[in-house]
Amino acid sequence: MSLIEVQDISKNYNLGDVQVCALCGVSLSMDKGDFVAVMGQSGSGKSTFMNILGCLDKPTSGRYSLEGVDVSELSRDELAVIRNKKIGFVFQGFNLLSRTSALENVELPMLYNGLPAKDRKELAMAALKTVGLSGRENHHPNQLSGGQQQRVAIARALVNKAPLILADEPTGNLDTKTSREIMDLFVTLNEESDITVIIVTHEPDIAVFSKRTIRFLDGRVVSDGQTVKL
Amino acid sequence: MINIPSTVKISVRALRVNKMRSALTMLGIIIGVAAVITMLAVGTGARQKIGEQIASMGSNQLIVLPGASTSGGARMGAGSQMTLSMGDAEAILKECPAVSYVAPVLGGVAQVIYGNQNWSTSVTGTTPGMLVVRDWQISEGRSFTDDDVRGATKVCLLGQTVVENLFGSIDPIGQIVRIKKVPFTVIGVLDRKGQSPNGQDQDDTIYIPVTTAQKKIFGTTFPGMVRIIMVKAKGAEELSQAQKQITELIRQRHRIGQKQDDDFTVRNLTQMMQASEQSARVMALLLGSIAGVSLLVGGIGIMNIMLVSVTERTREIGIRMAVGAKTWDIRLQFLIEALILSLIGGGVGILIGVSGSQVLSNLAGWPTIVSMSSIFLAFSFSGVVGIFFGFYPAMKASLLDPIEALRYE
Repeated sequence: MSLIEVQDISKNYNLGDVQVCALCGVSLSMDKGDFVAVMGQSGSGKSTFMNILGCLDKPTSGRYSLEGVDVSELSRDELAVIRNKKIGFVFQGFNLLSRTSALENVELPMLYNGLPAKDRKELAMAALKTVGLSGRENHHPNQLSGGQQQRVAIARALVNKAPLILADEPTGNLDTKTSREIMDLFVTLNEESDITVIIVTHEPDIAVFSKRTIRFLDGRVVSDGQTVKL
Repeated sequence: MINIPSTVKISVRALRVNKMRSALTMLGIIIGVAAVITMLAVGTGARQKIGEQIASMGSNQLIVLPGASTSGGARMGAGSQMTLSMGDAEAILKECPAVSYVAPVLGGVAQVIYGNQNWSTSVTGTTPGMLVVRDWQISEGRSFTDDDVRGATKVCLLGQTVVENLFGSIDPIGQIVRIKKVPFTVIGVLDRKGQSPNGQDQDDTIYIPVTTAQKKIFGTTFPGMVRIIMVKAKGAEELSQAQKQITELIRQRHRIGQKQDDDFTVRNLTQMMQASEQSARVMALLLGSIAGVSLLVGGIGIMNIMLVSVTERTREIGIRMAVGAKTWDIRLQFLIEALILSLIGGGVGILIGVSGSQVLSNLAGWPTIVSMSSIFLAFSFSGVVGIFFGFYPAMKASLLDPIEALRYE
């Protein structure tokens, strides 16, 4: 059984009288352990696709099942539970809570699944260790470099042992060297922990870290295949 | 499965980040609660004081006073002539069903001597019924009896002030005092009564049998005349009935014709006091509701700040939703924030209100009473204000679209 099963999903927006489809009938599947790069110009529908995969948005039509569970008909709160347990998010702008320590940022997802405080701290420390930030747990985001902030965000995505990490332009705000380090971290997580990673990017030299590349154009998948290594 | 301790922690942190703003937001509630507490304290204090005065006067009391008389075309004031008699008093008790006790009074100021001490005080000749009419207890010894009245014995009851001035630490019971040079045996001491509603010392008095007063101390032109008659009605409801019955009876007894004016007045003291209690109650209510309005304004302040806070933290809300916060997680976070603001504000307001009432009673001399119920009322009202005005911002936060919220700059 594949991790992600998408059948003919569409997302339409009403702009006055005109109906615009941001996503027009996309079908694909991804297996556990995949490392996928989603590419395309802005407005190609890749962000909409990622939002639907991340259970932040619902498709207008079509079916999306995650780990065999049809999530396209779930309620708002049920989707929140899915996001909490199965999906880790990494954003371009890091999206950490300011004035909050790295440790507490990583603990955040566990505040919403009822784990006792002691376990939360233990797991968060372990996640920070995985991303190589041991000893920085009490730093606040503004005391950390961009790369370190993104590592905190990755630790936050990992901490609930989610099988899927969605990264939306995770290196967009980073320099080349740091981008490489972050991508190496994703590769390690993918290979060693068998976590499925889906990355949205428009930089070909970031996409090369993936195993599979999907290109979007005007709301449709135009190519889908093994990543061409440079 | 909502994690309350963590939610509280998150809320407290959010409030601490904006200390100044949180403090200013609380200010509205602080002022509101302090005002409610103080105003209720002033109102309760005033009512209690009036209540005490009513109680010290004796409840359900009527006073029959002699009326105005005319002498050679000049109208003399009320009470200028003695028109009431012992017979009137006895008739009132016998024939007015709404009356339970009467006490005829004949008194005046007289010099009292004990040993080498002397003291000028009000000497009141009356009957044992007086103690019942005025709800007055004997603290030592005994009261005089109807037999003492019939026999005009020379016995007396002393008020506390008289005892202090004449006897000091000596036990007055059984001692002989001289009232206008007539020796009287002290048979009892009256309980302490305190000030009357118009500030007189009620304990500066001596009670003697009315007959003794008539015959030995204040000689009257006509035997058996008394200055006033104190009356106790059967109950608060019978007061006006008693008033009417007494008026009719005495008009009859004094043979006053249809068109003639009364030569006496029946006054209802209790009713007058109750009217002033009523106005104190209305005053307290008025002040309380003004204070309540400021509490309401404080609540609107909370809502205002919470709305700003929700907008400011849109992205934070988005992040929380992305990592799995459910509707009620977000809602509760903001509700608890509003509740903390209002409860801390309420707590500080109570402290200020309580000490403010204290200061008011010390400086302005107003009697203030801070009741537990007013504290409870103010505190729970501020909690309700917090929840009520926190709910809309919390709703707004929890219904944000996570995608929009994450994109918010």
